[in-house]
Amino acid sequence: MNSTMEWLGQSIERVEDAALLTGRGRYIDDLAIRPGTLHAAILRSSHAHAHIRSINIEAARSAPGVVSVVTGTDVTALSTSLVVGVKAPIQCWPIAVDRVRYVGEPLAVVVASDRYLAEDALELIDVDYAPLPAIIDPLAALDATQPPLHEGLESNIASDRSFRYGDPARAFSQATHRIAVDIRYPRNSCTPIETYGVVAEYDPTDDAYDVLANFQGPFSMHPVMARALKVPGNRLRLRTPPDSGGSFGVKQGTFPYIVLISLAARVAGRPVKWIEDRLEHLAASVCATNRVTRLEAAVATDGRINALAWDQIEDVGAHIRAPEPATLYRMHGNLTGAYDIRNLSVRNRVVLTNKTPTGLNRGFGGPQVYYALERLMHCIAAELGLDPLDVIRRNVIPSSAFPYRTASGGLLDSGDYARAIAVAAEDGGLAELKARRDEARAQGRAYGIGYTAVVEPSVSNMGYITTVLPAEERRRAGPKNGAQATATVAFDPGGAVSVHVASAPQGQGHRTIAAAVVADVFGLRPQDIRVITELDTARDAWSIASGNYSSRFAAAVCGAVHLAATGLKAKLQRSAAAQLNVPTEQIEFVAGKIRASGNPDNALSFGRLAAASHWSPGVVPEDAQALRETVFWTPPALTPPTESDEVNSSLCHGFIFDFCGVEVDRSTGAIRIDKYVTMHDCGRVLHPGMVAGQITGGFAHALGAAIYEEYTYGPDGSFLSGTFADYLLPTTTEVPPPVILHIETPSPFTPLGAKGVGEGNCMSTPVCIANAVADAVGAKDVDLPLTPAKLAALLETRA
Amino acid sequence: MKPPRFDYVRASTLTEAHAVLAAEGGDASVIAGGQTLVPLLSMRMARPSVLVDIMHLSELAAIAIEGQTIRVGAGVRQAELLGWPALAIRQPLLALALPWVGHAQTRARGTVCGSVALADPSAEIPLALVALEGDVELSSTQGKRRVGAAHFFNGLMSTARRDEELIEAVRFPCRRLGHGYAFREFARRHGDFAMVACAAVAGGTGTRLAVGGVADRPIAYDFGELADEALTEALATFAAGLDAQDDLHATADYRRALVRKLGRETILEARRCRA
Repeated sequence: MNSTMEWLGQSIERVEDAALLTGRGRYIDDLAIRPGTLHAAILRSSHAHAHIRSINIEAARSAPGVVSVVTGTDVTALSTSLVVGVKAPIQCWPIAVDRVRYVGEPLAVVVASDRYLAEDALELIDVDYAPLPAIIDPLAALDATQPPLHEGLESNIASDRSFRYGDPARAFSQATHRIAVDIRYPRNSCTPIETYGVVAEYDPTDDAYDVLANFQGPFSMHPVMARALKVPGNRLRLRTPPDSGGSFGVKQGTFPYIVLISLAARVAGRPVKWIEDRLEHLAASVCATNRVTRLEAAVATDGRINALAWDQIEDVGAHIRAPEPATLYRMHGNLTGAYDIRNLSVRNRVVLTNKTPTGLNRGFGGPQVYYALERLMHCIAAELGLDPLDVIRRNVIPSSAFPYRTASGGLLDSGDYARAIAVAAEDGGLAELKARRDEARAQGRAYGIGYTAVVEPSVSNMGYITTVLPAEERRRAGPKNGAQATATVAFDPGGAVSVHVASAPQGQGHRTIAAAVVADVFGLRPQDIRVITELDTARDAWSIASGNYSSRFAAAVCGAVHLAATGLKAKLQRSAAAQLNVPTEQIEFVAGKIRASGNPDNALSFGRLAAASHWSPGVVPEDAQALRETVFWTPPALTPPTESDEVNSSLCHGFIFDFCGVEVDRSTGAIRIDKYVTMHDCGRVLHPGMVAGQITGGFAHALGAAIYEEYTYGPDGSFLSGTFADYLLPTTTEVPPPVILHIETPSPFTPLGAKGVGEGNCMSTPVCIANAVADAVGAKDVDLPLTPAKLAALLETRA
Repeated sequence: MKPPRFDYVRASTLTEAHAVLAAEGGDASVIAGGQTLVPLLSMRMARPSVLVDIMHLSELAAIAIEGQTIRVGAGVRQAELLGWPALAIRQPLLALALPWVGHAQTRARGTVCGSVALADPSAEIPLALVALEGDVELSSTQGKRRVGAAHFFNGLMSTARRDEELIEAVRFPCRRLGHGYAFREFARRHGDFAMVACAAVAGGTGTRLAVGGVADRPIAYDFGELADEALTEALATFAAGLDAQDDLHATADYRRALVRKLGRETILEARRCRA
């Protein structure tokens, strides 16, 4: 195929921007609703843990404007429990049934003629709670004497699995040094500007639900929702709005509300709309997991690591809501990070506590893993008196070793880590930064430098989560694997080209890139291609892997778009060869023409040939009929977990090397980021501007996690971060622009050589800043968020 | 986040506003810029039965020099005062403190008197009023009165304003020749309520420091001409005496430490500016 690369790789203008910048975005709350649509408000638990003696809804039901009130009784009567991701007899309802397990858990849904009246009626509902002791600390949840949060469980440990790869016991027994870190990673969230929204309708004549929701995928949740609603999947039509006000994973968490509002619509007998407000979002949408980790390394005197031992205690909150405990297993294939370490032991425990259930968040599992791993690298250097960068260099996977199979089964597709580090140090000005540090220290200032090396996984293997099950249970359930990406390219009767992708974009610019991919294939301009990204499960091609998560668009979805377009192109080439009377190989697509190479005058217009199968199908040969092509592409490298629990959890593995210089004010404890350098290898860069946007956005999220953000709970489970005055997000004033550098080692496993890039800084940046801060204040234990008060206390104890 | 039902009165005269307040008392709320009140309504933390909108009263809209004071009417938005060309000359402390009030967006709506009425212990405008020893003009159907800042702020979000009274204006003393003014603040992010804010006025005989964000209201103390070790000690005693609280963002001890550091910097800066 003679695809030119005129558009891909350029920072072409985003087709999305004109509408968004002129207020013409079409978000869920902007869209017209059917006349008669009702509005829902949700009563939420004020207790972290309590039996519900009674819920009195009589006064609310007769309040002005109220049509119906739904409680756990209705929900259990009309639906079944949401399936959970571990083999355990746990029920998971979208509303409290008999018992509340976290502050913010839905207790009742009031459906009224408007949201104001619905909220008025919420105040009339009388809940009689019998409070129970709350378990907040994940370590307390390990205590077998504590009563379990769920009937059917013997303790609050929902899963406990151990893994061994290589011979870690021997490596540790022979180790010169054993160096460990103990980490408590806090709860935080990516807090999109647009909150959740659902408009649901039930058709009793068809026993079918029709739902519009700003759900982002994965569409593996669709069968979960349909099952809960007790209908086959073809009776749950799920549509997404054209625009999204951001997600970062978080809108995966709309799915329990899709079930809940669907049931509310069924009870009300009318369409019901619910837009989550910010208080609801902060208290009860989803956040990332908090985790307690002990990570130990068997280390030689030169800093070379021979084995790692992970002990991770994952706090998923009050329910193991699907796809959890995926946060814990997404990184399973790359638990050795960027390093060549052959011996590995892992113990993973998943515990339940009286906190909001967790879910997808940008970085998904990466921040928790790399915080421990990269703090460990710095601690090894500190303990052995080595330069942290030397410790990283000595352990990174050699450039000649790709594709590299990790100890736990990950297949790192491509990379040149040593070169990335060398280029970053040189172009990022590491020597100058060290001089600045030395000068600051000579003046008595607290200045430090931190480094991180991170492997950024993208395009999740749909089977990785089954690693939580023992091999014999996986055998019984049947293998799960792959990552079906879907794309459709079509010609209309005027020869215009349309594209549909089931990628549920959340602001990234999928329409721009898909157009560029197709324009390059057909020798057209991006503005000639119309891309539609709304998804309708009743009409569009999709799979369980559809949606917007695990940074899969550039690597997987664009690949599917490319395959669909090249499939149609091959057909047009056959037709053109016959008409132009030249061999197929000599047909080229240039500037809207299909022509014979070497004889540009022997040409047809693209539009005419693309329309031919509409107008004159009788003269187009069977194998050249070209109207519409839908491609499903799954990467062969994504195989199920093996009998010995090895799993290639992701298709692509980008590389990030960051370093930064920070100063901590000795009296206020405030952090000033002097310089931040982030080097990325995300394979082939499809759009430099969007890649820079992804990196900058991820960096801002990560800076929030590092310095500002934490979902804080009181010892009784009360939620203390309920507003944006308590849960602090960095604003533009607080986010310095990072220096962004690139090298490119294209992925051999994706059609375009691209890898994901959207999540990496959420993995690398919090720990890079923490490493620099630890270096500045001379402390080993630094916990996120690095608040001024904490650092001032650390500096005081060191003074 | 939808407010319960309330009535709304757009006052077309001051008399009308007074009449509603007299009739409804504590069930009425004056709404001006709404930057705090509207979220409180939406969260149902404030539940007035009637809102009295005073933003259409032209007699409250002025910034005026009256003798040695700047009189800021209740309709004046924070951005307006910050943009008032004479501000830095007439009262440098306000010019220094106002950029710390929220963000450009909230200052474009929020009013100067609204911030005084709310009396948030971390807010910059009440702090400046206390540091400068300004006063508050209150009026009602019963007439007018003026209350000095030190008496006006009488507790956590609590003031001497009576339910039927309206703040018509606040009065900040103008800059005095030979006086120096300084302002310092520490917050986790720019635009946040202060963890500690300090405003200092260095006059002919002493240096008055007012501190916000620590106790339940701005607290002022005159450090005279104390310097060096003596100033450090006096600040330590002052900070130790503040009724500081622990919260999500900082401990009481941390706040007191900030008072010692920022207080000293602010005092010294004000004295430098005195020349």
